[in-house]
Amino acid sequence: MPRSKTLVYFSDRMALYLFIASAVLISLVILSIIWFVGNQGLATFREASLIEFFTSSKWNPDAGKFGALTFIVGSLGTTFIAILFGGPLGLAGAVFLAKIAPDWMRAIMRPATELFAGIPSVVYGYVGLTVIVDLIRRGTGSSTGYGMLAGGVVLAIMILPTVISISEDTLRSLPDSYEEASLALGATRWQTIWKVLLPAAAPGVVTAMILGIARAIGETMAVQMVIGNSPLFPSSLINPTSTLTSNIVMEMGNTPFGSTWNNALFMMSLILLLISLLLIVLVRTAVRKGEA
Amino acid sequence: MNAKKIDRLATGLLWISAFAIIALLIWFLVFILSRGLPYLNKNFFTGPDGVAGQLFNSFYILFLSLVFSLPVGLGAGIYLAEYAPENKLTDLIRLSTESLATVPSIVFGLFGMIIFVNVLGLGFTILGGAATLALLNLPVLVRVTEQSLRAVPGSYREASLALGATMWQTLRKVVLPTALPGLVTGITLVAGRALGETAILIFTAGMNVSRHLFDINPMAAGETLAVHLFALKSNPLPGSNADQIADGTAALLIIMVLVFNLLLALPSRWLQYRLTGKNK
Repeated sequence: MPRSKTLVYFSDRMALYLFIASAVLISLVILSIIWFVGNQGLATFREASLIEFFTSSKWNPDAGKFGALTFIVGSLGTTFIAILFGGPLGLAGAVFLAKIAPDWMRAIMRPATELFAGIPSVVYGYVGLTVIVDLIRRGTGSSTGYGMLAGGVVLAIMILPTVISISEDTLRSLPDSYEEASLALGATRWQTIWKVLLPAAAPGVVTAMILGIARAIGETMAVQMVIGNSPLFPSSLINPTSTLTSNIVMEMGNTPFGSTWNNALFMMSLILLLISLLLIVLVRTAVRKGEA
Repeated sequence: MNAKKIDRLATGLLWISAFAIIALLIWFLVFILSRGLPYLNKNFFTGPDGVAGQLFNSFYILFLSLVFSLPVGLGAGIYLAEYAPENKLTDLIRLSTESLATVPSIVFGLFGMIIFVNVLGLGFTILGGAATLALLNLPVLVRVTEQSLRAVPGSYREASLALGATMWQTLRKVVLPTALPGLVTGITLVAGRALGETAILIFTAGMNVSRHLFDINPMAAGETLAVHLFALKSNPLPGSNADQIADGTAALLIIMVLVFNLLLALPSRWLQYRLTGKNK
C-alpha cells in the first residue's frame, strides 16, 4: 500500500508544519502588538513634549497640555497598595496551603482560590463601588471615598489567586529533604518554614509577587470603577484621581483616532505594555537566579 | 518568647489568614447573589431593558474566540511540548507566550481597535471582539496544552513509536486522548475568563446590543453581559432602574462563573476516570 503509506508520512509532515506555524504565529502576535501600539503611541511626540509627558501632571489636551504624571503615579500607587496588602496575605495563604492545611481545608481552599481568579473584573469593580468606596467614605470622612486606597484594596483581592498559586507551587516543589533535615535538627515547623523553606523558595515567591504586580498595574475595569476618574494629581490616598488604564477607558471614546490626544492614550497603553514586558524579564532573571 | 510559642503563634496567624481568604470569598458570593437574585425573573431577561441579548452575545463571542484561538493555542502547545528543540526559535516562542500572558487586557483592546476598527474599518463588531479576545486566550491555551502533554508519560510515546506509528499518529491516537482531561479543564478555565472579560470588548465589540434577539451577524456590534454591567455602573441612564439591572447582572455573571468552575470540572473528572481508571 505505497499510496496510503505516503499519505501517512505526508500528514505527519503537514501536522508538524502546522504546529510550527502556530508557534511562530504567537511570536508574530506579540511583535505586531508592540509595533502597532508603539507606533501609535510614539506619534504623540510629534506634537507633545516627551519630557512634559513624563514629568508634568497638567493634563489638559484641549490646551495642548499632555502631562501624564498623574496617571503614572496613580497606577504605581494603586499597584503598590495592592502588593502591600495582597502580597503578604497571599503568601500566608500559600504557606498554609503547602505546609499546614489539613486535607479537608485544602479541598475547600483550592477551589476557592480558583473561583477568585474566575470572578470577572467588572464584578470586583461593582463590589468595590458598592461596598469598599462606601466603607472608606464613612471610615475616613473623605467626601467621595474614591481614590488610590479603594483601587488598591480591590486590586489586593484580585491579585490573591496569582500570588497564592505560584508561591504554593514553588513551596511544594522543594525537596522534602530540606524540611526533614531542618525538623531533624530540632527546629519547629515555623522555624523550618521561615529559615529554610521560604529562603529556598525565594525565586518563586519573587516571581509570584512580580506577576501579581503585573496583574495589578494592567487591571482596568475594577480600578476605573473605584478610582474617581479625576485627572488631578493624587494629594492623598482618598482623593479621586486616575490611573493609566482608567484614563484610557474614560477618554478613548471621545477622541478622534489619529489626534494627538488619542495618540497620547495609546502612549499610555504603550507604557503599560513596556512595564509588563519589563516585569517578564525580571521574572526570567529571578527564575535563573533560582536555578544557579 | 520561646520557639514553641512562636511556632504556635505563627501557625495560628496562618490559619487566620486562610480563613480570612475564604471568608472574603464567601462574603463576595453571598453579597452579590443576595442583592441580585431577587431581580432575576423573566422580565430581567426579555423585558424592555432585558439582558437576553447581552447574555447571548457573551456566549457567542466566547464561542467565536475559542474557534479562533483553540487551533493555534493547541498547535503551539503541542509544538512546545513534543517537538521544540532547544534553540533560539523555541526560546523566542516561549518568551512570546510569557509576554503575551502578561499583556494587560486593555492593551489587547487598543490593539484590536487599531486593527479591526481603524485599519480594516469594520467599526465595532462581534467578529473583531472575538478575534481580539482570542489573543487573550492564546497564551493560557499554549501553557495548558504544554503542561497536559508533558504530564503524559514518555513510555506511551515510545511504545507507540516503536510499533511504527508516526509522530502525528502517536499524538492523535495516544498522547492527546491521554491528555484530554487536563486539556478540558484548561479550556474551561480559559472560557470562564473570556466570559467575564470587559476591557478588550469595550474597544472592539462596542457597547450596543442588537434590537432583535439572537442576532448572529458577526459584523454587528455586540455588548456582552460584563460590558453591560460596566455601562450600567459607569453612566447609568437617569430614571431607569439601572442599579437593579446591575445587581441582577452581577449575580448572573457570578452564577455563570460558578457553573463554569463547578459543573464543567465534572466532565473532566469523569473523562479522567474513564480513560485512566483512576480517580484523582
